[in-house]
Amino acid sequence: MKYIDEYRDTDLGKALIKRISSISKRPIKLMEFCGGHTVSIMKHGIRQLLPPTIRMLSGPGCPVCVTPVADIDKAVALARMPGIIIATFGDMVRVPGSGSTLQKEKADGADVRIVYSTQDAIEIARQNPLKSVVFIGVGFETTAPTVAASVLEAANEGLCNYYILSLHKLTPPVMKALLTSREIELDGIICPGHVSAITGSKPYEFIGAEHNISAVISGFEPLDILLAVEMLVKQIEEGRHVLENAYPRVVRYEGNRQAIDIMNEVFDAADSTWRGIGIVPDSGLRLKDKYSAFDSEKIFDIEPTDVKEHSGCICGDILRGVKGPHDCKLFGSVCDPGHPVGPCMVSAEGTCSAYYLYGGEDER
Amino acid sequence: MEEKMSDKVLLAHGSGGRLSHDLIAGHLMPHLKNPILNRMDDSATFGLNCRVAFTTDSYVIKPVFFPGGDIGRLAVCGTINDLATSGAEAKYLSLALIIEEGFPIGDLERIVSSISTTAAEAGVVVVTGDTKVVDHGSADGIFINTSGIGVIPEGVDISGSGAKEGDRIIVTGTIGDHGIAVMAQREGLKFSVPVESDCAPLNCLVSDILGVSANIHSLRDPTRGGLATTLNELASQSGVGIQIYEDRIPVKDGVRGMCEILGFDPLYVANEGKMVIIAAPGDADNILDALHKNKYGKDATVIGEVTSKHKGRVVLKTALGASRILDMLTGDLLPRIC
Repeated sequence: MKYIDEYRDTDLGKALIKRISSISKRPIKLMEFCGGHTVSIMKHGIRQLLPPTIRMLSGPGCPVCVTPVADIDKAVALARMPGIIIATFGDMVRVPGSGSTLQKEKADGADVRIVYSTQDAIEIARQNPLKSVVFIGVGFETTAPTVAASVLEAANEGLCNYYILSLHKLTPPVMKALLTSREIELDGIICPGHVSAITGSKPYEFIGAEHNISAVISGFEPLDILLAVEMLVKQIEEGRHVLENAYPRVVRYEGNRQAIDIMNEVFDAADSTWRGIGIVPDSGLRLKDKYSAFDSEKIFDIEPTDVKEHSGCICGDILRGVKGPHDCKLFGSVCDPGHPVGPCMVSAEGTCSAYYLYGGEDER
Repeated sequence: MEEKMSDKVLLAHGSGGRLSHDLIAGHLMPHLKNPILNRMDDSATFGLNCRVAFTTDSYVIKPVFFPGGDIGRLAVCGTINDLATSGAEAKYLSLALIIEEGFPIGDLERIVSSISTTAAEAGVVVVTGDTKVVDHGSADGIFINTSGIGVIPEGVDISGSGAKEGDRIIVTGTIGDHGIAVMAQREGLKFSVPVESDCAPLNCLVSDILGVSANIHSLRDPTRGGLATTLNELASQSGVGIQIYEDRIPVKDGVRGMCEILGFDPLYVANEGKMVIIAAPGDADNILDALHKNKYGKDATVIGEVTSKHKGRVVLKTALGASRILDMLTGDLLPRIC
């Protein structure tokens, strides 16, 4: 298949692994930010094939995983209100809140619909004028522009039964928070691919400039990731700490201006809570006042819940890269993708799910 | 044209009275008639003087018509293929319809006609049946149950527990076609390369390979849960390890493309016209030759082997040469966010 097979070429992949092994001298820690990267690394077995000098850690780049319990509780509370249809991406329905999930609410009679895009959600709103449709807006800069566009579309056609629960997150601020905390000493970061397609590479330049950490933007195919790892190892061995782009076929320096403008038209940056990390300044998106008619949190009376998290779950530590799935005593025993305890096991892009589903022979 | 009340299935069609008889005689029997069913007794009678295989399955697919098939073809193929996994030649089917009030009679007839065509293709007959109509909202359009009886040829002994170390693992064609075709239709996703369901009766294909090999140890159709789940079942039932190779597994470009977009793995997507064959290594070439001659086995290929290592588990060798555990499907396939 064109545009896929080229980036999965076995011979090229093996050659890259050989080159990485020959230039990697000192032990280093690299973090892949995106859940998509984690899945690809595990699925293609890249972790096993890299030399023992390179340790890969997974970062907080899974939008479902970083959504705090309190926000899941809000979605559940909305689902329980009469006359509301919840439209959501598939991953969200299984994430446990304090006492329920959207999936459980659906079984109890709530109208919860899985959609593939905001266009589907808008269409549901058009077809159900007597109901209120709330789209659960989860995702990073990749998803937020499409949600913003749907708000503009609804505003333009006077669709007044379409609302957003904006749980969006922004990546550069959380990266800054992680690096500033110095909880883990990283040598290099594999920066987001699809997020950077929107933001451009500029927002990640601070990683090298302010923190002396090497950074490379990467795509999601095995050759993309291996190339990024090679570039990182080279930088580190040569003592350079700059941002490089290994994904130029998708990511430009200035990003996608139109998408950024739409996002800025509809949303303001706001402080936001990340599961396991806490409140990160300006790392979330709130609907601007002029679009408050679409803001489900302003329109519906959502009562705050008494937030409960499973005591044994260490998703928070895993999201910060401080611990790995194997450090969790629940991993693979009481927590697996069929019975997820924490969000990292629920989402297809969650670190625990990727390790569980695609782990090597000796990892289970 | 405006729809008339009589174009739809009514609750009274399931009452057992005049309307029920009219529905059966007017819309079902013309498609299904055969000497055993024509007697219209409450049970079918026939003679069988051998070992038999017996199976049942229910079909609740949405939408009922999809590219490459419909619920009727599915209900016949699914049961025939379950019989084929024991090496049995399917002979007789039962057919039970649970219809939601208001279901279009035209659609019902289309489905029954498809049942008849598929049964004829496979050489089986529907010998007994039942029709129920339930209130609007108590079912989703139409549900079908079929049971099947098949005859096991002398000397054939095939079971999920029969896999032995060294055996080859063959898949009879591309995987994931059915699941992706149905999902694309259900969600209105359009692609430049349309994907059709592989829904097909595999009794002739199985009979072809039984004709060239006496060393077929296990057969299983990788339906819901996909190839990965089926291989896990076989590894655990036989108490052996299974090793497969990522770059040998046939997947159509359209299926790969859709899986890439939605974040699915074709290894977990349903098939309805494929068989996993586990057979002695020396017979693999003969089996492949026979498969390639059958229209439902053209893309058949060896994807791996049975090993004495990692008992009860399936290990996938990635194209880059790493090994990872391939687990069963857990939960539902849900599309991802980005």
